[in-house]
Amino acid sequence: MKKPLKNKLDIIIAGGIIGVIASLLSLLGNPANMGFCIACFIRDTAGGLGLHQAAAVQYIRPEIIGIVIGSFAAALIRKEFSPRGGSAPLTRFILGFFVMVGGLMFLGCPFRMIVRLAGGDLNALLGLVGFAAGIGVGAFFLNRGFSLKRTYKQPLLEGASFSVIQVILFALLISAPAFIYFTEAGGGPGAKHAAVAISLAAGLIVGILAQRTRLCMVGGFRDMYLFKDFRLISGFIALFVCCLITNLILTAVTGTSFFKLSFADQPVAHTDGLWNALGMFLLGFASILLGGCPLRQLVLSGEGNSDSAMAILGMGIGAAFCHNFGLASSAKGPTANGQIAVIIGIVIVLIIACANSFNKKKD
Amino acid sequence: MEIIDAKGLSCPEPVVLLKNAMKSGEHEYTLITDNTTSKENTTRYGEKMGYTVSVSEERGIFTLKFTK
Repeated sequence: MKKPLKNKLDIIIAGGIIGVIASLLSLLGNPANMGFCIACFIRDTAGGLGLHQAAAVQYIRPEIIGIVIGSFAAALIRKEFSPRGGSAPLTRFILGFFVMVGGLMFLGCPFRMIVRLAGGDLNALLGLVGFAAGIGVGAFFLNRGFSLKRTYKQPLLEGASFSVIQVILFALLISAPAFIYFTEAGGGPGAKHAAVAISLAAGLIVGILAQRTRLCMVGGFRDMYLFKDFRLISGFIALFVCCLITNLILTAVTGTSFFKLSFADQPVAHTDGLWNALGMFLLGFASILLGGCPLRQLVLSGEGNSDSAMAILGMGIGAAFCHNFGLASSAKGPTANGQIAVIIGIVIVLIIACANSFNKKKD
Repeated sequence: MEIIDAKGLSCPEPVVLLKNAMKSGEHEYTLITDNTTSKENTTRYGEKMGYTVSVSEERGIFTLKFTK
């Protein structure tokens, strides 16, 4: 059993370990520059369940399952499992929906954004700019009293059900009944995956480490802006550095390139800078209003927060919509539908932000 | 002494409330929260602002006292 971790050192070590794992997962079968991507993997899982029919991206990802269960276990051990919810769940569902719309415009979540940067994908820099701007706008609303109101204690089953659902998903993955979809070999990113046991173990480790250290990319930027606190961002800097170093070592050792510094020809990425930035702007803005990045939502759901579970369900449905209605980008770039959806998303998230702020007068 | 009730509020709201309250520059504040993440965040912020922080816990409710 791990001892409680303190100060910045714990999150730096955790970030470093996660960065190494993220790099190794691509070696072991995950798509290139995609050792972890919460948005893509929730999308793949939605595909595995048949919620969309994009044959290239259908696979129930054990990493997602592992993160939730790992967080659940870590929370139980530290007596931090706390079933709670009731803080505007439908609004959070909608925000989660638009987190995914933004993520599938950029082709990544904040975690993958760091992993792509560590692989030399310079397009992720534009994503980073957009993301930072989205957090900044959200922070503006936080300073003006944005709140989705408080959570309340919930029954045990309300807090534990999402983790139980993950176990069921795992059973479906392993047993592979006919109604579960799997991208055919060579058919796209959905066919690229590490062995189930490896992916699950990686997810469990990340879930445990992220739960204990409160790792959160959104929080990382937000805490810098609002409180000049650098604890969370230091975890992600460590993640980036260790992922980058591992990529360079793997490139040298295996002869396969795990690092290429360029804009063009990056794996599962496009070069449209404006829409990379806008997609991550939407994701960042919606995520800060949710109180955390997609990884953090998974971790919180494992801790018993059913509002975070609603956000993740929103992300899953968002992924289904994106692929059913042609909103998701591809290596060729964004789609027109996707561009419209991102603009609509920014407007809707702005409305949600305004409607839930300015409630209290400043003294 | 100002008492900030942050029960049921998730990160970052408790820290935002504390930050706004501390603008008045008083010598003592009390904050009540029921989740560990917010207990940690608010403790860190209070210490950064130069306050001594003491935490007591009863049945999952943390009461933090910030004194200067």
